[in-house]
Amino acid sequence: MQPRSASTVLLDRAPWLAHDYARRLENDREGFASGARGEALVLTRAPDPIGALEPDRAAPSARRTLSWRPRSIIPGFGLTLGITLAWLGLIVLIPLVALFARAASLDASQFLDAVTSDRVLAALRLSFGASLAAALTNAVFGSLLAWVLVRYSFPGRRLVDALVDVPFALPTAVAGISLTALYAENGWLGAPLAALGIKVAFTPLGVFVALVFIGLPFVVRTIEPVLQDLPAEIEEAAACLGASRWQTIVRVIVPSLFPALATGVALAFARAVGEYGSVIFIAGNLPMVSEIAPLLIVIKLEEYAYGEATAVASVMLLISFVMLLAINLLQRWSRRHLERS
Amino acid sequence: MPSARRPAIDSRSEPRAVRWTLIAIGLAFVSLFIVLPLVTVFTEALRQGVGAYLAALTEPDARAAIGLTLTVAAIAVPLNLVFGVVAAWAIAKFEFRGRSLLITLIDLPFSVSPVISGLIYVLLFGLQGWLGPFLSEAGFKVIFAIPGIVLATIFVTFPFVARELIPLMQEQGTDEEEAALVLGASGWQTFRRVTLPNIRWGLLYGVLLCNARAMGEFGAVSVVSGHIRGLTNTMPLHVEILYNEYNFVASFAVASLLALLALVTLTAKAVIEWQTGAGLRRQGH
Repeated sequence: MQPRSASTVLLDRAPWLAHDYARRLENDREGFASGARGEALVLTRAPDPIGALEPDRAAPSARRTLSWRPRSIIPGFGLTLGITLAWLGLIVLIPLVALFARAASLDASQFLDAVTSDRVLAALRLSFGASLAAALTNAVFGSLLAWVLVRYSFPGRRLVDALVDVPFALPTAVAGISLTALYAENGWLGAPLAALGIKVAFTPLGVFVALVFIGLPFVVRTIEPVLQDLPAEIEEAAACLGASRWQTIVRVIVPSLFPALATGVALAFARAVGEYGSVIFIAGNLPMVSEIAPLLIVIKLEEYAYGEATAVASVMLLISFVMLLAINLLQRWSRRHLERS
Repeated sequence: MPSARRPAIDSRSEPRAVRWTLIAIGLAFVSLFIVLPLVTVFTEALRQGVGAYLAALTEPDARAAIGLTLTVAAIAVPLNLVFGVVAAWAIAKFEFRGRSLLITLIDLPFSVSPVISGLIYVLLFGLQGWLGPFLSEAGFKVIFAIPGIVLATIFVTFPFVARELIPLMQEQGTDEEEAALVLGASGWQTFRRVTLPNIRWGLLYGVLLCNARAMGEFGAVSVVSGHIRGLTNTMPLHVEILYNEYNFVASFAVASLLALLALVTLTAKAVIEWQTGAGLRRQGH
């Protein structure tokens, strides 16, 4: 029994074995425990003469390949998967493919002209620039808010926590007209700001304000659960080892929150880039100045310039797919990070 | 157990002054960016008194917009409800190759700009689109008509129910279903008597979110609707038209109904979280 279990432990220690890694992710509690044991044993690891490290020979049961058709006594796999794929195909995949097919049917110079015109470039710059600025602002205030909501108790904490979800639930057009009324020159916030010489509504700054509103819950809601699950012991340990509170925060807490923070910021950014309803009212929509890329698509459509609309849309779509991939990788990283900490 | 409820341990907390400064900054940020816009909707709507408010809501175009919004939600939400349950069953109760790819694909509509969500249907069903000429010959209008609005709404609300249920059902595993099946229940009985009671709160939550988005969707619907007053104008689009006509009170009056819907949704969410002991609390979307 002894050598067998030792070899399993060694197997669990070997992160370069992809299948083993996948299994650990899948079965996280068990994987976590054996990983920790392996950590302790790694110093005693010796060359392996009988090839026990070879996963297929040593522990065939450790490998669980997934099949296309699962074996289970639960009924309905074919039916439910069939309906899922059919509905997904009809509603999502075929229309999206149609967009790319349409973009591919434009000839190259037409496509490039449409995408690299000054007006389109200015719109893309504004969309991505303002989204990035808003996402970073939310990174700061969103983390602060998540920290305050998780760590401190104060009257109205639960109400504030619930209010964070308002941008998710409030229709974007409503948010748009309301922010515009607030920041217009005669508005509650617009008037004092105008006295200071700052114009928000109908400028790029207005776009930024709307995108901060839209993005806030993404950051707060991604960080909150991680902050809640952060074990008290590591902070106490840091304090016991003589770290000041500030050092504990910078060296211990921030690094463990970082993957979640990055995920939240990426989600807020991705949402902001495509945002339309809340922005168009407050932006003023001046071509080359405060016109966002999604609005440009709408304008092209209204001019019946379907080709140009499709070209701009396909560029934006490609970028958001890249973002989606990045977010998936970030989430995987953040999950792995949590398991390890 | 939220750590806020624990007695303060010195090594895990900051000095009182720092604490209250951070709380103050957080509260200021929330009031500035969330509370004020919310309050503005209602003050602007009631600016000329309750009479003008009610008149704006009972005017025929507004009533038509409210009716259309309810109709579209009544079609789109049940379809996505069924799809969400079916997809969650396939994904959460079975392990098969390509499962995580499937989850990513279901989430896809969240990362597509609403404007593009509308555009793809214009390209398919519009007069210049692939199926448009054929459909118009058959006398069937999709774009600038209600079917287009329904399709765009289904697209943008596509992932809500499924992504609420998948993690919940994965967490619950398959033991209870297997037990029911071994004891002789049919597949449908197992779903109705075992699975459904287990997921009811998650399902309700997903449906609420789906409904809020379906009724409030603006960008995608705006592209496919054609903005025909009284015919293809949903509530958010009506808000826009009135606003662009400088009819602010009426615009905010219709908007206040949508804001109320959002507040009801959030309250229901809070109640559900309280019911399930915050078990549903996860990252947002």
